[in-house]
Amino acid sequence: MRWKLAERSEASLKVSEFSVTSEGSGEKLVLSDLLGPVKTSSSLAVVKKQLNRVKSKKTVELPLNKEEVERIHREVAFNKTSQALSKWDPIVLKNRQAEQLVFPLKKEQSAFAPIEHVLSGWKARTPLEQEVFNLLHKNKQPMTDPLLTPVEKASLKAMSLEEAKMRRAELQRARALQSYYEARARREKKIKSKKYHKVLKKGKARKALKDFEKLRKVNPTAALEELEKIEKARMMERMSLKHQNSGKWAKSKAIMAKYDLEARQAMQEQLARNKELTQKLQVASNSEEEEEGVEEEGDLVPDAVNEIQMDADGPNPWMLRNHSRGTKEAKGQDPEQLPDPVAHEASESEEEEDRPGAEEETLLNEFEERRSLRRKSGLNQDAEPVSRQEPKDSSSQEVLSELRALAQKLNKEKNQSGKQNMSSTRTVPVVQREGPPKAEEEPLLLQRPERAHTVQELEELAKEGCFQNEEVPRPGREGQQTERNPNTQPGVPKEKKRKEQMIDLQNLLTTKSPSVKSLAIPTTVEELEDEEERDQKQMIKEAFAGDDVIRDFLKEKREAVEASKPKDVDLTLPGWGEWGGMGLKPSAKKRRRFLIKTPEGPPRKDKNLPNVIINEKRNVHAAAHQVRVLPYPFTHHQQFERTIQTPIGSTWNTQRAFQKLTTPKVVTKPGHIIKPIKAEDVGYRSSSRSDLSVVQRNPKQLSIRHKKQLKKNSVD
Amino acid sequence: METAPKPSKDVPPKKNRLQAKRKKPRRYWEEETTLTAAGASPGPPRNKKRNRELRPQRPKNSYIAKKSRISRKPQLPKKPREGRNLEPQRSVSGAQDPFPGPAPVPVEVARKFRRIDKSKKLPHSKSKTRSRLEVAEAEEEEISIKAARSELLLAEEPGFLEGEDGEDTAKIHQADIVEAVDIASAAKHFDLNLRQFGPYRLNYSPTGRHLAFGGHRGHVAALDWVTKRLMCEINVMEAVRDIRFLHSEALLAVAQNRWLHIYDNQGIELHCIRRCDRVTRLEFLPFHFLLATASETGFLTYLDVSVGKIVAALNARAGRLDVMTKNPYNAVIHLGHSNGTVSLWSPAMKEPLAKILCHRGGVRAVAVDSTGMYMATSGLDHQLKIFDLRGMFQPLSARTLPQGAGHLDFSQRGLLAAGMGDVVNIWAGQGKASPPSLEQPYLTHRLSGHVHGLHFCPFEDVLGVGHSGGITSMLVPGAAEPNFDGLESNPYRSQKQRQEWEVKALLEKVPAELICLDPRALAEVDVISLEQEKKERIERLGYDPEAKAPFQPKPKQKGRSSTASLVKRKRKVMDKEHRDKVRQSLEQQPQKQEKAKFPRAQPSALDRFVR
Repeated sequence: MRWKLAERSEASLKVSEFSVTSEGSGEKLVLSDLLGPVKTSSSLAVVKKQLNRVKSKKTVELPLNKEEVERIHREVAFNKTSQALSKWDPIVLKNRQAEQLVFPLKKEQSAFAPIEHVLSGWKARTPLEQEVFNLLHKNKQPMTDPLLTPVEKASLKAMSLEEAKMRRAELQRARALQSYYEARARREKKIKSKKYHKVLKKGKARKALKDFEKLRKVNPTAALEELEKIEKARMMERMSLKHQNSGKWAKSKAIMAKYDLEARQAMQEQLARNKELTQKLQVASNSEEEEEGVEEEGDLVPDAVNEIQMDADGPNPWMLRNHSRGTKEAKGQDPEQLPDPVAHEASESEEEEDRPGAEEETLLNEFEERRSLRRKSGLNQDAEPVSRQEPKDSSSQEVLSELRALAQKLNKEKNQSGKQNMSSTRTVPVVQREGPPKAEEEPLLLQRPERAHTVQELEELAKEGCFQNEEVPRPGREGQQTERNPNTQPGVPKEKKRKEQMIDLQNLLTTKSPSVKSLAIPTTVEELEDEEERDQKQMIKEAFAGDDVIRDFLKEKREAVEASKPKDVDLTLPGWGEWGGMGLKPSAKKRRRFLIKTPEGPPRKDKNLPNVIINEKRNVHAAAHQVRVLPYPFTHHQQFERTIQTPIGSTWNTQRAFQKLTTPKVVTKPGHIIKPIKAEDVGYRSSSRSDLSVVQRNPKQLSIRHKKQLKKNSVD
Repeated sequence: METAPKPSKDVPPKKNRLQAKRKKPRRYWEEETTLTAAGASPGPPRNKKRNRELRPQRPKNSYIAKKSRISRKPQLPKKPREGRNLEPQRSVSGAQDPFPGPAPVPVEVARKFRRIDKSKKLPHSKSKTRSRLEVAEAEEEEISIKAARSELLLAEEPGFLEGEDGEDTAKIHQADIVEAVDIASAAKHFDLNLRQFGPYRLNYSPTGRHLAFGGHRGHVAALDWVTKRLMCEINVMEAVRDIRFLHSEALLAVAQNRWLHIYDNQGIELHCIRRCDRVTRLEFLPFHFLLATASETGFLTYLDVSVGKIVAALNARAGRLDVMTKNPYNAVIHLGHSNGTVSLWSPAMKEPLAKILCHRGGVRAVAVDSTGMYMATSGLDHQLKIFDLRGMFQPLSARTLPQGAGHLDFSQRGLLAAGMGDVVNIWAGQGKASPPSLEQPYLTHRLSGHVHGLHFCPFEDVLGVGHSGGITSMLVPGAAEPNFDGLESNPYRSQKQRQEWEVKALLEKVPAELICLDPRALAEVDVISLEQEKKERIERLGYDPEAKAPFQPKPKQKGRSSTASLVKRKRKVMDKEHRDKVRQSLEQQPQKQEKAKFPRAQPSALDRFVR
């Protein structure tokens, strides 16, 4: 709050008649007050107005300094230019991606003139041509000018323009009508008044009745058809049971019915209608229905049976043990019971003649046929393995004892040899695999070479007496197999696995492969051939002779693996921080600390291949020929490799493909000037180029629009 | 004006095709006879001119298989054209193309020519890169289709031998075959009785037109075996270990007792190469112009015959070398050793590329088929094995032979011949790229002496066998490739053509150091030096120019850009990256995980005895 201080005012002594003081009065003196005459005169109003105008105008601002102005100019010019240039972006992109560019750009359009035009300018000159033309002329064939007769032309033109227009208009009209109708229907559907709908419905019903009456008089047959239609509607209604109290509306009404008389009435009405609709009209249909039921049953039964059978024959028999047990008895009986399908068919045809309703029967028969066929195939499958096993057993029993003895011998030898001592049980199967060849089994085994046998499995097999595995073992695969499903034998220790590998290598070489029963046997061998014992002895000898081969190879491989492993770097300085001198070794702790372990490289390629040593060294000479820099758009070497995988030489490609692959990137025409690209060349208007040139020529002459922009920039 | 091709007047085309299906199995010679009957000239069966004559005679209907159109996928450059062509075009005259669009190409034929392995997943690529990849893939597809379409030009079909029901083809004698085939083919079976100069080694020229053979007692001869015109016959007065044609029939390398000699086709000695001494086996690599020699001293020497320099002399460290073969697919030399191994060599490496233990005893013979997929070996343990050479080097099948095979050779179409004593057995596979099944021999033949050399003749169904009694040329239906490349190895070429081919081949000579196990690997980027260069660049610049910029959270409005929330957002992204990294590393080492998952179930007391 401010208080105005009380002021003492008294007449000043200095009051003069010449000076005017503003003291006393709180008003400010305005220029206009002074200028204004006591009496308003019209002549001064102009001056006042001018003065007002002058006052309303601000002072002219200082011009921007030169650098700033230039900067703004540059900015504007840049924006303008870049906008003009951006129009060319797609063309530049297209040219960059183009497989081939042909210069000069402006090329004469190789006119695809229709043959008529070409021919019209052509004239017969040589006597032969003239003769031909004469002939044509005589036969009234169209020659040069109209190549085709008008009729032909008309036929070529499948539809004239007018026709097409008419058709289009028609279609348009139809579409419009449809849309009107749809809109109307939507509108009417939206009306909520019940009364309106009731009236509408009743009106419709009445109209229908009237129509029907009329129709009956005019055309009784059509009326009958109409009646049938109504009947059909009734049947549909009956099937769908729409009018029972199961609908949404009916349910809600049922709740209301207790209290609301109207609702009760509505419900009753509906029920009555239901009764009316569901009334059975024809007594004859009763029996029909019964038959239908039977039919359905007949259909269903074989289906179910089939299902079970399918499952039993299917891929997983374990899941359906119980089922099969249940059906076993049935199976046992079935084959005898089932008559020949052919006979069935014969009976079918007879039956068909007899009565019309034999369709179900045929269906049933078909099912049975299929069933029997399936069962037969199943039986065959069952029978096969039995037949396969029989010859095995007979021969294997004899050989088994021999091989046992052999195996023991082998074991002794191996125990002596030291490194490869293996438990006797393990070697038994190995040797037992060398059973005498069996020609008929060979193909079967060769067909599925993926199947791998582990030692345990083979042991079991050997105990049972059926082994005869002539398949060449695949150690690599086997290793993978065991890795893949270790669930099957979780108890196999790691060491055992390694041994398996070794065994496999042995197997690889010792497996007895089937010998050739050749027609022509070399003459020198023929004398020895009957002496099988000797042959066998020789074989055993060879088997032992080869032992050191394997050991040598394994040793070599071990050395190669060791040599290829990256070496650890030992940086320990003996005597550093410890006692020095002869015979002193740096402590284990120190050694551990200063040992730099190199990271383990990728696994060797021959890791799982016991019989192979693959050299891991890099071929430096070949690497010099390889690509070692990735070209621009590629970020990963695999991407680039994919683009260079197709050979482009003519040795590997057809002539056309070779030409296409080696087309030059740029083709120029000798002796032609290659002018810079113009807007017209690519189908642009030339304006962009012209205003670009304007900007470049005199950037200071700017249009009004530019000036405005300039101002705006300066304000900012 | 084009019209639909008319089927022959009396027989509708469908019936015709059915008949073709029902036709009883033909014999090799039946086809031959029909061919000669159809053709005008009585010359050799493979004649390009005649192919052209034969082509239009085929019923066109058999090619039409609309379902097997290859380009089901949209192709950028091709699609619009095809779409237009599909509807029958109306020409001015009103005639209609009955077969609109390009001829369909069966998918499986085109697949044969595909080079890009699309099963390999590529890392994520930017749009620019992707467009390049798409272009490359589209190009490859188009080219493969073109190549498949040109298969049509290979009109000749391979011969075959089919027994009547249950008849074993091995029981068919050479005499039977000769009796049944036409005269021209029958003339290809002959015997040369040369008992005087001991067991013979032989070699056919790359075109299959010329035959050179050298007897152990110094007899060397070369002849045009089709016309039986002798080119030269000399006696080198020294034991001949092996003989081989160089790139053409004009030059002949003979491994003699002491040194390696080179003769021309008139028997004039051109060179005596003393740096290759005591050579036992010769092999020639035609695309590299390398003559590989294996010597008694244990050295494998590569001689570049185009410049006459020794490219590499490698010590195999396995004693005497006398088993050698080449892999035609990748030009790797296979050596068989007495310790049962087969080693694979390239001149670029001092050590073998791979060593395979094949037999318990020493290796007696090795052969590699023309696709480079299968290797057949036979050893002192009387076994014959077939190995898969594609990465695994595992035996596919094995068979014990009564006396073991001393010599092996693969034909162009994958038939395997083995010489055992005085018998030659030939096994056949299912098709071209399948291993021969060793169960049943396809053919057998007994010779008058012990086999000393085997060689299938290229482009002719003939197997040449050198033995102690001379030379036998036997007919093996289906052995050779029926269609030859006229620009590459043309049996009927003139001298001028040969000279031109020689120049071209020399211009396209492949450097010796490019020989490696997988030739496709040369089309891969050298990742190791790429990485190294990247590392060096980073060192030089002081930072990684390609490194991903660290995540910088965007500033947000309405007070959500507080320091705490920024840090939180940063941490979120960091954690996600970390999780991804961990997940990746886990995926890389699944084996370790499994090992940890399944320790020993129940350690038993007896485990301490397991070693």
